Amino acid sequence: MCGIVGIYLKTKKYEKHLGKFLSGMLDGMATRGPDSAGFAIYTKENKNIFKYSICLNLISASNFKKKITKFLKKTKLTNYADHVVLETNEKPSKILDLLKNEIPEVSLVGYGKSINIFKQTGNPKDVVKKFKLSSFSGTHGIGHTRMATESAITTQGSHPYSTSEDECLVHNGSLSNHNNVRRSLIKDGQNFNSENDTEVAAGYISNQISKGKDLEKTLKNSLKDLDGFYTFIAGTKDGFALLRDEIACKPAVVAETKDYVAVASEFQAMAHLPNVNSAKIFEPKPGVVYHW
Amino acid sequence: MNFDLNKKTLREVNQHLQNIDREKNTRKFEILNPQGQHAICAGLKEDIDVTIKGHTGYYCAGMNQKANITVHGNVGTGVAENMMSGKIIVKGNASQSAGATGHGGALIIEGDASSRCGISMKGIDIVVKGSVGHMSAFMAQKGNLVVMGDADADLGDSIYEAKIFVKGKVKSLGSDCVEKKMDQKNIDELTRLFKELNISEDPKKFKRYGSSRNLYNFKIDNVGAY
Repeated sequence: MCGIVGIYLKTKKYEKHLGKFLSGMLDGMATRGPDSAGFAIYTKENKNIFKYSICLNLISASNFKKKITKFLKKTKLTNYADHVVLETNEKPSKILDLLKNEIPEVSLVGYGKSINIFKQTGNPKDVVKKFKLSSFSGTHGIGHTRMATESAITTQGSHPYSTSEDECLVHNGSLSNHNNVRRSLIKDGQNFNSENDTEVAAGYISNQISKGKDLEKTLKNSLKDLDGFYTFIAGTKDGFALLRDEIACKPAVVAETKDYVAVASEFQAMAHLPNVNSAKIFEPKPGVVYHW
Repeated sequence: MNFDLNKKTLREVNQHLQNIDREKNTRKFEILNPQGQHAICAGLKEDIDVTIKGHTGYYCAGMNQKANITVHGNVGTGVAENMMSGKIIVKGNASQSAGATGHGGALIIEGDASSRCGISMKGIDIVVKGSVGHMSAFMAQKGNLVVMGDADADLGDSIYEAKIFVKGKVKSLGSDCVEKKMDQKNIDELTRLFKELNISEDPKKFKRYGSSRNLYNFKIDNVGAY
């Protein structure tokens, strides 16, 4: 099954409540995915600072701090349960290598100038509480509740998958040709950290975008390159895009008001949003890319 | 009688509506704050009137017998699925598979219905005042699907003996589905249906689609294959 959600704020009115809204949406989708949950929350871009969201796995935050400050002088670390967000002006090329070679016991969940991204196993209701999602503000966010099919119930198997700067993907469905696509993307220089099908879709999107294609065109191409059934929400620093495969057996519903656009697998995930009963509510058409 | 789903559980409300006391004469009910919950009013079997004020989740009014249910909002996947009789009115839009496998009664959707509306229908009458999504009336066996707006791709794929009437454009017809002549008998049938359901429309503006019967019939040419 799995549940996916996304909310994009069209005005500044609810920026302080974004985390609270997203938290309620994930709560509402716990019934579709009780194994794990994750979310990406986007804030205004800070031009010079990169944020690296890191899952500490088994090491403590203080231990990580000790290790990282050996290599980086000017950093800010914020601890969220078993994750930390590292803020620095050092470029991804340096930090990615540093984490991989010097502190391999932690895993990078995602990075960028705008994205904060957290994911963990456990019931979504507990996961959002643990990361204090309701306290976050921001411009848009996407989230996922997982019922595992393709790979094990681990942090690495949870969504969202972020395979490039400020990009991430959540997926409800299953891809059947992910092994083939993964092999050809690896040949093209893309890295993967799991056996998960969604990571392949995220890698596919990053790979196409790195070649200069825009998100909409990339998602259109995915209709012919990715075989399987899916509803995707792909986040970028400017907003997110939504796509259902052409058979469209995986659900999605959109609610739009003058202040926000919300997407979810089921309406019950949006029932708590302000003025949702008077929102324009529609079901996205199969094979059509929607972008906000 | 009112039920507020913020105060009562869905199970309590459904159980009340499924076990109507015939001695008492309460026949009208209103459900408030449905909040997109699934299976609201599933399995009702008495001649009662229920009004739902708000949006519902999956399988609203599923397996309905005799009851008249009106939803003032949108409905999720599979509204009125496997309905036997009665009448369901949806004031908003319907998600996928509206009226799936329905055996009888009427489902009226005042907005749009999305993909696979009337999939495998077995005798139900479905009237959609807006448009229907792709693969509507897929493997439809019996009953009428009437669409006042447009129909998306692959309408009536692998259809059996259900009848499809569309007033707007049809993007494409599915396998074994063809346009058929709208003769006086069909116009009379549609006139009767509109009258029954209190719908003011001109049946002559509709085109009829149905099975060319090449796919499901046994062909003597294939006898050697068995």
